[in-house]
Amino acid sequence: MGTIINVALPKGRLGEKVYKMFEAAGYGCDDIFNGRKLVFENLDAGIRYFWVKPSDVPIYVERGAADVGACGKDILLEYEPNVYELKDLGTGFCRMVVAAPKGFRDESEYPLRVATKFVNIAQDYYSSKGRDIDIIKLNGSIEIAPILGLSDVIVDLVETGNTLRANDLEVYEEIMDISTRLITNKSGYNFKSAAINRLLERL
Amino acid sequence: MQYDENVLTRTERRIFALRTLYSRAGYRSYRMRKFEDYDLYSRNKDFLLSDRVITFTDTNGRLKALKPDVTLSIVKNIEDKPACLNRLFYDENVYRVSGSTGTFREIMQMGLECIGDAGNPAAAEVIDLAEQSLALVAEDYDYILRVSDIDILTLLIDGMSDSGSVRSELLRLVSAKNLHGIESLCAENDIPAEKCSTLTDLLKLYGTPLEVMPEIERICKGTEAEEEVGELADVLKGLYPEGGEKTERKIVLDFSIVGDTNYYNGMAFEGYIDSIPECVLIGGRYDKLMRRMKKKSRAIGFAIYMDTLGMLGRTAGDRAIENFYER
Repeated sequence: MGTIINVALPKGRLGEKVYKMFEAAGYGCDDIFNGRKLVFENLDAGIRYFWVKPSDVPIYVERGAADVGACGKDILLEYEPNVYELKDLGTGFCRMVVAAPKGFRDESEYPLRVATKFVNIAQDYYSSKGRDIDIIKLNGSIEIAPILGLSDVIVDLVETGNTLRANDLEVYEEIMDISTRLITNKSGYNFKSAAINRLLERL
Repeated sequence: MQYDENVLTRTERRIFALRTLYSRAGYRSYRMRKFEDYDLYSRNKDFLLSDRVITFTDTNGRLKALKPDVTLSIVKNIEDKPACLNRLFYDENVYRVSGSTGTFREIMQMGLECIGDAGNPAAAEVIDLAEQSLALVAEDYDYILRVSDIDILTLLIDGMSDSGSVRSELLRLVSAKNLHGIESLCAENDIPAEKCSTLTDLLKLYGTPLEVMPEIERICKGTEAEEEVGELADVLKGLYPEGGEKTERKIVLDFSIVGDTNYYNGMAFEGYIDSIPECVLIGGRYDKLMRRMKKKSRAIGFAIYMDTLGMLGRTAGDRAIENFYER
């Protein structure tokens, strides 16, 4: 059997888009969207896919269960896995922003209360600005935090801005543009470099 | 009484095999105390993987620390004889914070140091022993020793920007083989395109020294790193002698290895075994550490993480999936 590349794909719309890119590059796999199975392979094409939770993709890759994976730059910045980031896949575009209620002005007298899932990104951003903050780690529905007075602002991903507008919030500052990256395990790359480089060329 | 080899654990067998390899190569066993003055580590925090160490107060009131690292102790305690070559190996426990749990762990480490007149021939000797060490412990798994040169990287990056933060970010991107990130950072900071492409072209290279050394020489010709490329070529001559038999080695050149440039210089290398997702062997030249500790000797060495080797045969990836399907 030739070299098989194990790929961790993020479950959901983004993973489906990334799979289509792989399929167009000659790494298609029958029945991949079928049923409850989580592992799919096409041994002739030398590929095996796993669907995993998006934030778990770097864990599978860093720990060697997958050779390569596709995940957002936000996840890479937040968890800082020890992996190679070989390609910007040019999909999954969104922005990491600070959002606040309309008309909000930051008065620097007190630490700014920041609600977010992205604790490291928020800390790095405000540390680079020399601004003291109080981090409130939330796992979802971040937009509700300023409405309830739990936080002054939020740090979150924005794609269209519809959710912000629906909750009377607006983008206060832009932190960075985000897109999907192809990552690979630093050890596995040594033993599958030819197959991984071929995949990179075709994508 | 003769001992029965079957009573040895896998780790003990590996240690005995490596001790035999190093003894036969003329290295002597070096023993040290389990603790040192805390001051040694507080002055060299950046050299350590983590700045947290286990401390205690000795009966005389002095603050001590359980060793988080072996090389610092050896450098501190060894006599500085720059004209001689001191060949040492050790197997010691070190105490470090685990990345996954954030708590202290006792880690078994085996290593080798070449200190004194440790020029390019010594570097070739140490790299050869690193490769042989991997062959001894890898069992039936494939292995590879990746070799880089930190001075080549540092010289190129120093010539790209005066800003310390930009240079640090470039090093971080190099360690992730993030070519698109390097190109964006260069564009944002008005770094000339030819300097950017020199770095990215170098980073794209991955192959045996015989395959990629001519490319490295071509890419670095006329750059700040040209002279250091000659040093790298000189070390490699020791491993691939001209006119000698064609040597089959499991060595690749790959410039994504970076280390703290305050301590390390010249050759740097990492050993990997197929199916172990982490680096099992790490080494390189640390003349800069010697200077910081007021020693004139040159030095190069490596360490093997025995606990990481314990992942051999119980790892994720291909074999796990194949075993699953066989069931």
